[in-house]
Amino acid sequence: MTNLSLERGISVAGALALLLFVFELVRRKHLSERYSILWLLAAVTLLVLVGWKGLLTSLSHDVGISYPPSALFAVAIGLIVILLMYFSLVVSRLTDQNKILAQRLALLQQRIDSVERRSEPSAAQAPPARDVPAPPREPEHELSGSR
Amino acid sequence: MTRNLAIVPAFNEVEAIAATVASIHEAAPDFDVLVVDDGSSDDTAERAAAAGAEVLRMPFNLGIGGAMQGGYMYALEQGYDVAVQVDGDGQHDPCHIHDLLARLHSDPELNMVTGSRFLQTDGEGYRSSATRRIGIRVFSSVVSAITGQRVTDPTSGFRMTNRRGIEVFAHDYPHDYPEVEAILLMHAHSLRSCEIPVRMRPRLTGESAISSTQSVYYMVKVLLAVFVGLFRRRPSSEGAQRSPAGGEPATVTERPA
Repeated sequence: MTNLSLERGISVAGALALLLFVFELVRRKHLSERYSILWLLAAVTLLVLVGWKGLLTSLSHDVGISYPPSALFAVAIGLIVILLMYFSLVVSRLTDQNKILAQRLALLQQRIDSVERRSEPSAAQAPPARDVPAPPREPEHELSGSR
Repeated sequence: MTRNLAIVPAFNEVEAIAATVASIHEAAPDFDVLVVDDGSSDDTAERAAAAGAEVLRMPFNLGIGGAMQGGYMYALEQGYDVAVQVDGDGQHDPCHIHDLLARLHSDPELNMVTGSRFLQTDGEGYRSSATRRIGIRVFSSVVSAITGQRVTDPTSGFRMTNRRGIEVFAHDYPHDYPEVEAILLMHAHSLRSCEIPVRMRPRLTGESAISSTQSVYYMVKVLLAVFVGLFRRRPSSEGAQRSPAGGEPATVTERPA
């Protein structure tokens, strides 16, 4: 009996540690609330299952699993699959947005280049911008010289 | 007078790009040339600009689909009426650009013309490895069955679209290995396309985008995309699906370029 409660203690401590770890990441703003919800849900589910004596046993008997820890694994795997699927969705969306950002950036860059070329038609032959009498403001001077 | 654009996707094509741009200028002087530098680590963009092309520099490698879509976005923004895709490695002979243009203009119903390697009448077709030929044949029969017309070279990237095609591709273009899906995309939008025979040259430099190890992935990915695409109603879903970002180019069009 003591052996069993020790095991339970370790399991509860593990689930609590996960919960606290996720909480701490959110508190430090390393993990956004948006993505923490699923993790918190997973941690709470595990905590309830391992902390509530008899719940896992009766649940697993109800669904026909003779070895209760297997039910725990099944639940944990289910949660992991949900998390991974969610991340795949997020990655796909980010990839798409990233692509669109890169395209817009390239188009804007091209537009700036062509505007600059048009405003200095002889830029190719003309001496570098720093030799041209420039307004006294230093930063602008450097900016045009760097082209 | 229509405004025509040749879009040249290039990734580390420093050896070939200047010659490609020059040959387009020579063979088709009525086409502006846009080189889409897909995050090259060499001087592809500089060489292209020096050769007199406009250059769209992707900040990192997007893959051929993202790069080409960028080119079509440019064509849409700048108000081009015709866009032709010419590979940066010199495989596509620019002397065929006017054949494509003539075919496109010959039929106002037509939205896209593709240069096919396999319509050669003189028996001197395109040579490539057996596996690639089998792959192309599989795609060819699948695409032909779906579109209800004979498509001999679904993987050819040598294609020309009119304004309507530019609009479709600027808003929605397949990610990687886009050629096969692009034909079906046109079909899904009820746009008409056809093929004319062209001769393709061996590539001047560089490696094919598809190595033999990747060809299995290529087959699976494209067939999956084609299969899933059959269950997608593009024209209606496109607006709602991509409105935050995909709708952007449309608003830019209204601005005078």
